[in-house]
Amino acid sequence: MIRFTQTSKRYEGGYDALSNISFHIEPGEMAFVTGHSGAGKSTLLKLIALLERPTRGQVLVNGQNLSRIKRRQIPYFRRNIGIIFQDHQLLFDRTVFDNVALPLIIAGYTRAEIGRRVRAALDKVGLLGKEKKYPITLSGGEQQRVGIARAVVHKPLLLLADEPTGNLDPDLSREIMHIFREFSQVGVTVLVASHDLELIREMQTRQIILHQGQLADDGSGVEYGQ
Amino acid sequence: MVNEATSRRNREGASSTGRPGLLTLINSYFVRHAQTLFYSLGQLLRAPFSMLMTAAVIGIALALPAGMHQLLQNAQLLSGKLDDATQISLFLKKAVTEQQARELTHKLGNMPEIGRVRLITREQALEEFKQNAGFGDALRALDENPLPHVIVINPALQHTDAAAGRKLLERLQGMIQVDAAQLDVEWIKRLYAILEIIKRGVWILAALLGMAVLLVVGNTIRLAIQNRRDEIVVIKLIGGTDAFIRRPFLYTGFWYGLFGALIAFTLVNIALYLLSDPVRQLGELYHNPVSLTRMNLETSAYLLGAGILLGLGGSWLAVGRHLRDIEPR
Repeated sequence: MIRFTQTSKRYEGGYDALSNISFHIEPGEMAFVTGHSGAGKSTLLKLIALLERPTRGQVLVNGQNLSRIKRRQIPYFRRNIGIIFQDHQLLFDRTVFDNVALPLIIAGYTRAEIGRRVRAALDKVGLLGKEKKYPITLSGGEQQRVGIARAVVHKPLLLLADEPTGNLDPDLSREIMHIFREFSQVGVTVLVASHDLELIREMQTRQIILHQGQLADDGSGVEYGQ
Repeated sequence: MVNEATSRRNREGASSTGRPGLLTLINSYFVRHAQTLFYSLGQLLRAPFSMLMTAAVIGIALALPAGMHQLLQNAQLLSGKLDDATQISLFLKKAVTEQQARELTHKLGNMPEIGRVRLITREQALEEFKQNAGFGDALRALDENPLPHVIVINPALQHTDAAAGRKLLERLQGMIQVDAAQLDVEWIKRLYAILEIIKRGVWILAALLGMAVLLVVGNTIRLAIQNRRDEIVVIKLIGGTDAFIRRPFLYTGFWYGLFGALIAFTLVNIALYLLSDPVRQLGELYHNPVSLTRMNLETSAYLLGAGILLGLGGSWLAVGRHLRDIEPR
C-alpha cells in the first residue's frame, strides 16, 4: 500500500529531514512511525499525503508513483486518504455534521447519501447525537473523534494520523488507538506518527523508528519491547 | 493494487455503494453551484452592515458614470429636437404687405431645397410678444407695430449641412423682398462638439471607476480569503479542488457586483427624480416641454451586467493571486 524506495527529503537550507528511507506497508496493515521530535515523522506522513515532494527516491501509494501526480491531480489523490491531525483542523463555524460531511460534499455525494454516511461515521466514533453541536462545545477527545469521523467518512483506503493523541490523557489516547485498530481490522491501512512509546508498546504493532531522519529500526512492537 | 482495492471494497459488503455515478455527479454539480450561490449570499448577509458598506462603494462608483451617461442621453435627445431647429429666419422689408408675404411663402415652399416654411405675420408676432415676453405695456405705448413679417424656413433634409445652408442663405438674402436672413446652425455644431467631448469624458470616467470597482471587490475578496485561510487549508487537505475552493469567493464577488449595481440603479433614479422638476421648469422657460427620461430597460440591463462582471472579475483576480499562496504545511 505504501512503499518508500531510498527516499530522501532535504529542505531548503540543507536540512535533511529524511535520508535514504526504504520500507513497505501492506494493505490493511497498521503501523506506527516513532522517534523523537525532529526525527522526520511528520515529513514522512507529508510525503505520503503529497504535502511535500521527496528530493530523491520514490514513494508509491496504492500502486501510484507519487512523482507522476501533477499539482492539479493532487486533490483527487488525497480523496483516497484520510488524514488526522494533532490539532484536529476542524472548522469551528460549522456543526459536527457539516465538518464530517465536508469530504463527501467535495466528492459530490447526494444529500441523502451524505446524511447516511455521516451518521454511520459518527456512530463508529461514538458521537452519534452530537451532530448538531459545534466543535467548540466538545471536549478535546470528542473533537479528535470528530476529526477521525471526517477522515473515514468517505471510506479511504489509507488512514494517516499525525500525533493524534498528543493532547489527550492516557485513557482517551487508548480509546483513539483502539478505534484505529478497528479500522485496520476491516481492511484500512493505518499509519500513525506518535511518540507515545508506552501506548505504542501496549498496541504490539509494527514500528518504523526514525532517528535524525534515518530508519533506525523497523519491526514488531514485541521485538521492540524486548 | 486496484484489483485489491476493489475486492476489498466488495468484501466490505453491500453497505458500500462506492463513489457517486456520473449522473449523480452531473446532477450534484448543478445542485452544488446553486447551493454555493446561496451559501455565499447567506455568508454575506451574516454581516449585512459591512456587506452594504462595500456594496455602497461599488454602487456609488457605478452610479457616477451611469448617471452621467443618462444625463448625456437626455442632452442628446434634447439636441435632437434642436436639430429640427436648424432654421433660417427671413425678415422681410417693412414695405412688403401681408398679401405679398403670403405669396412669397408659397413660392419658397415649392423650392426643392426647402422643407417647411411658416409665415409669422407682424400682427401674430406682436400678439406673441405681448403675451409672452412680458413687455406688453411697452409695446402698447408704440404707435405702430415695429415688427416685420417673418418667414421661418426649415431646409429640406438633404440641405441641412453647413455649406448647403449657407448657399441657400445667400440666395434668400438676394431676394428683393428680404431685409435680412439669419441661419442658426453654428451653435448647434458647437453643442455637438461639446457633447462629443463630454461623451468621451464619461467613457474615461467609466473605465477608471470600473477599475476602482475591480480593486474594491478584489481587496474585499482578498480579505475574505485571508479570514478563511484555515478553512481553505482544511479543504485542500481533504481533497478539495481549486475550483471547489474558488467557487464561493467568485459567487461572493457576483453578489457584491449585483448589489452594487442595484444600489447604483437606485441612486441614478433618485438623482433623475430630484433633477426632473428643475429641468421641467427650465423647459417651460424655453417654451419647450422637456422631461428627463428614466433609465430604460437596456441601460439598466447594461448597468446590472457591468456590475456583475466587475464583481466576478475582481474576485477572479483576487482568487487567482491569493489561493495559490495558501498551501497546507
